[in-house]
Amino acid sequence: MAKSEAISWYRIQEMFRFQAFHMYGIIGTAVVLGIIGVALIKKFKLRDITGDPIRFYPKNKSVPRYLIGGIIFGLGWALTGACPGPMVVNIGYGFLSFGIVLIFATLGTYLYGVLRDKLPH
Amino acid sequence: MIDFLLNPWPWWFSGLIIAVVMFVLLFFGKSFGFSANLRTLCSIGGAGKKVKFFDFDWKKQIWNIVFLIGAVIGGYIAYAFLTHGNHPVEISESTVQDLQALGFSEPSSLQPAELFNWESALSLKGFLILAIGGLMVGFGARYAGGCTSGHAISGIADLQIPSFIAVIGFFIGGLIMTFGVFPLIFG
Repeated sequence: MAKSEAISWYRIQEMFRFQAFHMYGIIGTAVVLGIIGVALIKKFKLRDITGDPIRFYPKNKSVPRYLIGGIIFGLGWALTGACPGPMVVNIGYGFLSFGIVLIFATLGTYLYGVLRDKLPH
Repeated sequence: MIDFLLNPWPWWFSGLIIAVVMFVLLFFGKSFGFSANLRTLCSIGGAGKKVKFFDFDWKKQIWNIVFLIGAVIGGYIAYAFLTHGNHPVEISESTVQDLQALGFSEPSSLQPAELFNWESALSLKGFLILAIGGLMVGFGARYAGGCTSGHAISGIADLQIPSFIAVIGFFIGGLIMTFGVFPLIFG
């Protein structure tokens, strides 16, 4: 992540401004290989290390939850330039102020847990 | 080979590694989803006593916390051993110009000093930006049931409709922030 500059706030800005292929290349490569790999796992019914079949759990069908949650996530992603994984990679890289972002992201998750029953899903 | 590792990695190489990480986790009977760690952190902190959502056996999620620690170490290794110094990010000229119009100087590292050096991060405005941004990421990821790794990569690899909806949401939010809110708070 760090070495491809995907942890950079600038790269996320560039992505949301559609001004370079870079981030789309990273995510696109992972997704295309992922689709092929998952299809192969299902076709050949591959098993994991403990011998159980590798299973995929269908997510619950709904629109508001994914759309509203996704929009809130996207607002924060563009503002801080980091989704949860890159936050911690940035801390390791020496950008310690991402600790503030990580602490508040954890508080945000806590807030969701508190409000969960009152939100449309 | 050494030069390849020390220079910024091309997008296809990074994408390949992300896919490999996902398949390694599947092979070990796990699934690739980073933001679940934020929920686990709440549970470890004792949130399960007050809020049912956090009342689960977090010890089963230790592998993912190990993954988180690995990501911190990976960031350190990339910084300490795999760079030719702290070079500026190589973003497109048009992005540099758009950001200059908002008051951001030309990149001199991976992150803008205007947001992430301590002086900015601990100013009232800078702190609120990082705090509110973080809150939205953590809240939104759990509400949507996943973040970039869980939805954009794992979910779409499995062609799940909810993940497509979530990713559309990520972009609606990102575009509103970039084109609607940025001009109001920067510049």
